[in-house]
Amino acid sequence: MRRRSALGALLRRPAGAAAAGWLALLLVGALVSRVWTPLDPFTTDPYSAWLPPSAAHLFGTDGVGRDIASYVLAATGTTVVVAVSAGVVAVLVGLALAALGSLTARPVREATAVLIDVLVAFPTILVAMALAAAFGGSLAVVVVATGVGYGVTIARVSRAEIRRVVREDYVTAARASGAGTAAVLRRHVLPNIAPVFVVQLSLAMATSVLAEAGLSFLGYGASAETASWGRLLADLQKFLGVHPWTVVWPGLAITLTVLALNLLGDAVRDAADPRLRDRPAGTGRAGGRRPAGPADPARSPAPEVTS
Amino acid sequence: MTLEIDHLTVTIGDRAVVDDLSLRLDDGARLGLIGESGSGKSLTTLAVLGLLPRTARVGGSVRLDGRELLGLPERELARVRGAVVGTVFQDPRTALDPVMTVGRQIAEPLRLHGTVTRREARRRAVEAAAEVGLPEPDRIVDRYPHQLSGGQRQRVVIATALITRPAVLLADEPTTALDVTTQAEVLRLFRRLVDDRGASLLFVTHDLAVLAQVAEEAVVLSRGRAVESGPVTRLLHAPEHPVTRGLVAATRATTWRAS
Amino acid sequence: MTRFLLGRVALFALGLAVASVLIFVTLRLLPGDVAQSIAGTTGSPAQVAAIRASLGLDQPVVVQYLDWAGGLLRLDLGESLVTGTPVADEVAEKLGVTLPLAGMSLVVGLAVGVPLGVVAAIRHHRPSGAVLGVVAQLLAAVPVVWAGMLLIALFGVTLRVLPTQGFPVDGWEEPGRALRSLVLPAVTIGLVEGAVLFRFTRSAVVGALDEDYVRAAAAKGMTTTRALLRHGLPNVLLSVVSVLGLQVAGLVVGAVVVEQLFALPGLGRMLVSDVGRRDLTKVQGELMTLTALVLLVGLVVDVVHRRLDPRLREQDA
Repeated sequence: MRRRSALGALLRRPAGAAAAGWLALLLVGALVSRVWTPLDPFTTDPYSAWLPPSAAHLFGTDGVGRDIASYVLAATGTTVVVAVSAGVVAVLVGLALAALGSLTARPVREATAVLIDVLVAFPTILVAMALAAAFGGSLAVVVVATGVGYGVTIARVSRAEIRRVVREDYVTAARASGAGTAAVLRRHVLPNIAPVFVVQLSLAMATSVLAEAGLSFLGYGASAETASWGRLLADLQKFLGVHPWTVVWPGLAITLTVLALNLLGDAVRDAADPRLRDRPAGTGRAGGRRPAGPADPARSPAPEVTS
Repeated sequence: MTLEIDHLTVTIGDRAVVDDLSLRLDDGARLGLIGESGSGKSLTTLAVLGLLPRTARVGGSVRLDGRELLGLPERELARVRGAVVGTVFQDPRTALDPVMTVGRQIAEPLRLHGTVTRREARRRAVEAAAEVGLPEPDRIVDRYPHQLSGGQRQRVVIATALITRPAVLLADEPTTALDVTTQAEVLRLFRRLVDDRGASLLFVTHDLAVLAQVAEEAVVLSRGRAVESGPVTRLLHAPEHPVTRGLVAATRATTWRAS
Repeated sequence: MTRFLLGRVALFALGLAVASVLIFVTLRLLPGDVAQSIAGTTGSPAQVAAIRASLGLDQPVVVQYLDWAGGLLRLDLGESLVTGTPVADEVAEKLGVTLPLAGMSLVVGLAVGVPLGVVAAIRHHRPSGAVLGVVAQLLAAVPVVWAGMLLIALFGVTLRVLPTQGFPVDGWEEPGRALRSLVLPAVTIGLVEGAVLFRFTRSAVVGALDEDYVRAAAAKGMTTTRALLRHGLPNVLLSVVSVLGLQVAGLVVGAVVVEQLFALPGLGRMLVSDVGRRDLTKVQGELMTLTALVLLVGLVVDVVHRRLDPRLREQDA
């Protein structure tokens, strides 16, 4: 019952609805691009280089004659895969570390807490660079770096939440009536920290999209055979002097996606907590680029952005 | 100085949190505003000061010596606040700025409303601290709020409210956050200070026993409306409205004395 | 203060230690043989063995780590696998570009984000406040790379007022030219960081609006705006300081990408190219330097914050 009304509340807000709409569009685009794009995104045609937008080429062509619109569409698949994978990794890492930091014996808890605080300070891009140096650049590097990097933040946030919930009266009551740890976790802890998780998940995904863009731009993300918004930016950069405005298309795609994920996170948080309804929209964080709010665990920082 | 509140209505969202309230605080009088939480009593004091939340809509009239306060521009209201009308807020933990020394906070109304040098301001702050019974006044003024106990903080708040010798004092649940012993002391302090200066007092509370120690007359609020009013002794001994009766029953009746 | 300082420095040292181990271990995971790739396909087994010995790769891993870590303590970062030049020298030289860039970016971010955040909070019921909020929301979603490109397109190409590539060859000999080269890059990073600071400041100030002591201050004789500025703001700024430490990580990120985009000879750009060349010693040194800088700033910020907040300060008095 609660989930349904939360979803409803989410969609009733214009920001939440728009964000959900864009993301749905993205998903559809990703699926469609697997089987069809207006033109082959990788076909080069030097005679058609730098054509302005037209009916044949919705966004024009780039320096080697590729159809930008098709390329951007094809790249949505990459974005979706990276975002979802990174999100999953982040949540798993976060949950594992959080569990380690709150449900174990005291010395383990304390050590984990210190470790988490230390790891949170490491910039994700440096992690990515280290992995790229060892294994060569790839999307896997992006996913692992972002997932682990953000996972530590999720761990910090959820550890605080778990500790808060565990102290609540209803947990004590459940324990008193004989519920074991697993049951308490399942029935009381997880449902109460779920909203925080959903928010963090969307922010993790936002961070990963920015990270993929930045790392692909640097050449350590997507390979040449994979369509990627970041790679397109790198390709177009060389000609910034003569064709400055073609970069609008991939950049806009990235921005709108990150924006949608951020807004989704904000909307979920606001929808789940009725007390926040009077605050102006967007007083929360931006995915991947957010400083810590002093006492609010749901506002913990993302390590930083890679973009 | 007379404070007149005429058909005051405060609406937040679609609820009238103060509904057609009228009362009159005469010069030197001590009037109580009593009701359960949510009855709109705190909002009444905020309405007088013009410090209601921005989402609130106000109707009616609030006049100080005939001068209408509602709708006055902020700059004018700022001149009235603190100088003519002093306020004691409820929670001493949150009513004080955590990063400013208590001495500077006590002296702040002086510096806002007059030209007082820093040295003079500090001297007056020490004086005020002594008056409210704070220990080691010349040292305590350099302390920060978190270094003081709850009772001491509330005395700071009282000192701040009275330092400009305002003609009207609004007290919003000034003893609710304190323990019983400190409560009694602070109430005695209140009575003495108000008597000495001849200020008018509007005392807001939910506790009839507390009210009996400071006020002579009272207005009973329930859901924003005045349901009964009269001398406190009568309300205590012969309450008519069920809400009043409820309040009387709620008092721990062993310590109050009819004033 | 001493107890806190000791504890905080210990945390800093721990961070450095953990970082060094993680960096070292990650880079040792490289599949294939470093010595082999240096020797190339033409190298004989003897040559490869000689290279391996000279690089110390024949020692046990723990010994290799301790060697490196020991060097770190002496600020010796080893020699480049490709050119043989001391890593520390090159790092120091590149820092001459990266540090000023980071500093300028931080200044831009603070100058843009904090005042606008305060304004937006004061006006959050009015359209101007809402507009600011939307703009900040957008800016925070913009990839730094793209922001840089747009700024280049606007100021460099279309308007031609600022340099868009490179840095003067004689470095800071001519400060004016050097600074001009850093303007667009700093603004790029600063705008995006500023958007984050804006949102944080705005929500902190809006929170302050609700605080009792702000209302109590107004009741003493101020307009609500003035009460907010005199009492709410110092408390807000305190929390901004506490947040700055984490913002630095964002600056590092920005620097790496922006130096690449604007062809600035900084530490980030060198890192990117060294990763491509698999010059592991240099990469180790560069990663360590950048991480140490981030951790150091975090330390300084924490200490400053503790000094400024009387609630924390007096615990040590």
